[in-house]
Amino acid sequence: MTPKQKQTASCTRIRTENRAGGQRPDSAGAQRAMRNRQLNLQLQGWLLLLPAVVLLATFTHVPAVSTIIDSLFSTPRGRRPAAFSELDQYRTMLADPIFWRALDNNLLYALITVPIAISLALVMALCVNGRIKGRAALRLAFFTPTILPMVAAANIWLFFYTPDYGLIDQVGRLFGFGAINWLGNTSTALPALMAVTVWKEAGFFMIFFLAALQQVSPDLYEAARMENASRWQIFSRITWPLVMPTTLFVAVNALINAFRIVDQVIAMTGGGPDNATTLLLFYIYQVAFSFWDTGYAAALSTVLLTVLGVVSLAQFFLLDRRIHYR
Amino acid sequence: MSKFFCIVAAAAALAASLFGSPAFAATEITFYYPIAVGGPITKIVDSYAAAFQKQHPDIVVKPVYTGSYQDSLVKAMTAAKAGNAPDVAVLLSTDMFTLIDNDLIEPIDTITTSAADKAWLTSFYPAFMLNSQSGGHAWGVPFQRSTIVQYWNKDAFKAAGLDPDKSPATWDDMVAFGKKLTKRDAAGQVSQWGLEIPSSGFPYWLFQALATQNDAILANESGTKVDYNGARVVEAAQFFADLGQKYEVMPKGIIDWGTTPKDFFEGKTAIMWTTTGNLTNVRQNAKFAFGVAPMPSKLRGGSPTGGGNIYIFKNNDKAKEAAALEFARFLTTPNMAADWGIATGYVATRPDAWDTEAMKKYAADFPAALVARDQLKDAVAELSTHDNQRVTKALNDALQAALTGTKPAKAALDDAQAEANRILHPYQN
Repeated sequence: MTPKQKQTASCTRIRTENRAGGQRPDSAGAQRAMRNRQLNLQLQGWLLLLPAVVLLATFTHVPAVSTIIDSLFSTPRGRRPAAFSELDQYRTMLADPIFWRALDNNLLYALITVPIAISLALVMALCVNGRIKGRAALRLAFFTPTILPMVAAANIWLFFYTPDYGLIDQVGRLFGFGAINWLGNTSTALPALMAVTVWKEAGFFMIFFLAALQQVSPDLYEAARMENASRWQIFSRITWPLVMPTTLFVAVNALINAFRIVDQVIAMTGGGPDNATTLLLFYIYQVAFSFWDTGYAAALSTVLLTVLGVVSLAQFFLLDRRIHYR
Repeated sequence: MSKFFCIVAAAAALAASLFGSPAFAATEITFYYPIAVGGPITKIVDSYAAAFQKQHPDIVVKPVYTGSYQDSLVKAMTAAKAGNAPDVAVLLSTDMFTLIDNDLIEPIDTITTSAADKAWLTSFYPAFMLNSQSGGHAWGVPFQRSTIVQYWNKDAFKAAGLDPDKSPATWDDMVAFGKKLTKRDAAGQVSQWGLEIPSSGFPYWLFQALATQNDAILANESGTKVDYNGARVVEAAQFFADLGQKYEVMPKGIIDWGTTPKDFFEGKTAIMWTTTGNLTNVRQNAKFAFGVAPMPSKLRGGSPTGGGNIYIFKNNDKAKEAAALEFARFLTTPNMAADWGIATGYVATRPDAWDTEAMKKYAADFPAALVARDQLKDAVAELSTHDNQRVTKALNDALQAALTGTKPAKAALDDAQAEANRILHPYQN
C-alpha cells in the first residue's frame, strides 16, 4: 500500500466512524464536535511529526537555505562586512580550474566506484547466502571494513601503498613488479583512493543484498528448477529483478556517499599531487577552513547540494519504472 | 532519608566548587596550543601552566590542546567568530597575515609598556622575528621554531666509499654523492636511494630551502607580492624535479613527509631532508651511525625557518591582554626556552637560552642539537603572505606538477605566479 492509499483509507475510516457515532450530521452541535475531533486529529498528527520536523529543520533545511543565501554575498573579512554580490561567487567558480578538476574527479569517482561496489556487494551476498562451510566467518570478514573508522582504515591503506616496503609492493615484488609510488603519481593516486572506497563500502552494501536475498521466496527457485532453468536464467529472471528495490536504495546511497567523501582524502593525500585527488567536499573544506573564504565555500556547497538533489531525483524517476514492487 | 540529604549536600558542594567564583578576583585566560611533534607534550604544557600560576596567583591559565596547527587555527578562528576567542595561542608563524586580516590579534608592542618588555622583544634570534613582524609591529613571539636540516646515514656512506663524516655541501655534491649512494639490482630495481626531499602536503617549505640556496626570495616582507617564476626560482624547481627524473638519485613522484623518517631508518634512503623537530625521533630510532648537517649551498647556504609563534588575541578586557602578555613572557624566558627545546627538539628561540646550564649539558651530550641553531645565521623567513594558505597552495600545486612530470617547471610556476597575482591583487593597493 502506498502512503497515499493509506491516507485515503484512514480518512474514509474516520468519516465512517463519525457517521457511525449515531449523531445526525445536520445537527449544528454535532458538526462542531466533528470539526473539533478532526482538528484534534490534525493537531495530534502534527505533534507526532514535530520532533522530526524540528530536527530536520534545524540541522538540514535552515542551514541549506542559509547556505544558498550566503553564497550570494561576499566573504566578510576583519572589519569588512559581507556585501551582496549577486552571482559573483558562481562566476568565480566557473573560472576556477580547481573546482572543475574536483568536479571531474568526483564524477569519475562516482562512475567507477558505485558500479564496482554494488556488483561486488551482490557477488559477496550471493556467495554467503548459499549453504557453504564457514558462512558466518565469511560474512563477518566481508563486513569488517565497515566497522572500522574511515580514518583508521585510511591509515592502514596508507601503509599498504607505501612504495617499496608497503604491503602491495612487497606482494608485487614476488611477481617481479617494481616499486610503485601509488599515492605519489597523478595517474595512480585517484584509483588508489577508489580502491579504498570500494573495499570499505562493498561489505556494508552486502548486508542489504543479503537481507533482500533472504526475502526472495524459495517457491520461485523451486519452480525454476522444475523448469530446468540455468543458473544465469535464475539470476537474471528471479534474483536480479527481486533485489532491484535494494539495488536502487544502495545505488542512491553509494552515489551520495561518493560525493560525501572527505576523510580518506585528508588522511591519505591532502588532495595532492597537484589536485589529482581533490574531490568536491574536500575542496569545500579547504576553501572554508583553510582559505576562510566562506562565501565561496557556500557557493560550492550549493552546487554540491544541487548535484545530489538532481542525482537522487533522476535515479528515483528513471529506475522506478523498472523496479518490481510486490 | 539522611542518605538522600548527604547526596544533595555533596551535589551542592560540587556545584558550588564548579560554578562558584573564587574569593579573589582572578583573571582567567585561555591558552590554545597545537602538537606537531612526538612526546608527552600535553603534560609538559600543563606543568608550565601550573608553574606560572604558582608565580602569579592572580592569573588562572586554562591550557587547551587544539590538535594540529591546521586544526588549531580553525578552532581559534571559529571561536573568535563566535565571540569566544582564546586569549593567547600558539599558531603557525605564517598565519600572521591571516590573523591580522581577520582583525583577531593585538600587536605585542602596543600591549607592552615597560622598557623591560621592549627589551624582551629584541631578545630573540632575528631570523625567528622575520616571520613575526609586519608594518612596523611585532605581532607574535617565537615559541616552537625549527629549520630544515639534512640527516645522513654514515654506514651507508662508508659502504658506498664516501667519507662518512662529510655530508653534501653543494648541489653538485648532492648529485655526485647521490649517484654513488643509489643502489640498483640487475633488473634496475632500487634498494637504496641517495636522497629524499619530502614533497607531500607542504612541498613549498622544503622547496624554499632550494630557492634560498639559489639566492631567491619568494615573497616580500609585507606579504603582498610573491616571486614564483623568477629565473632562479625556476632553476631551483627544475633541480628539485631533476633529482628524481634526470639524475635518478631520488624517488620519482611525490615523497610522503610522514614516511620519510621511516625510509631513513629502514635504509631506503641514505640522506633525508626534514625538520630539526625530528631530531629526537631520529636519535631514538636510527640503528646506525647518523649525522646532522646544515643545508648544502648553491649560491649561498640557508633554510627557511618554520614552526609556531605565540599570539595575543584582541580583547576589550585589558586585564586579560596584560595577563596573556605575562604568560607569553613566562613561556619565553631563557630557562623555559631551553627546557622546551630539550623536551621537544625545537630550536631554543633566544641566544641566552643556550647559555643556561641545562642547555649546555644537553648540547655537550648531543652536539647535533647545535646544527639548527648555527644555521640560523643563514635562515630566511618562511613563505608567508596575505591569504597565505591559498597563495602557498598555488606554489604547492606547481611544485607537485613539476615533480610528477605533468608540467615543465617553468610552465607550472608561471601558472602559480598568475594565480598568486590574482589572489594578492586586493592587498596591493
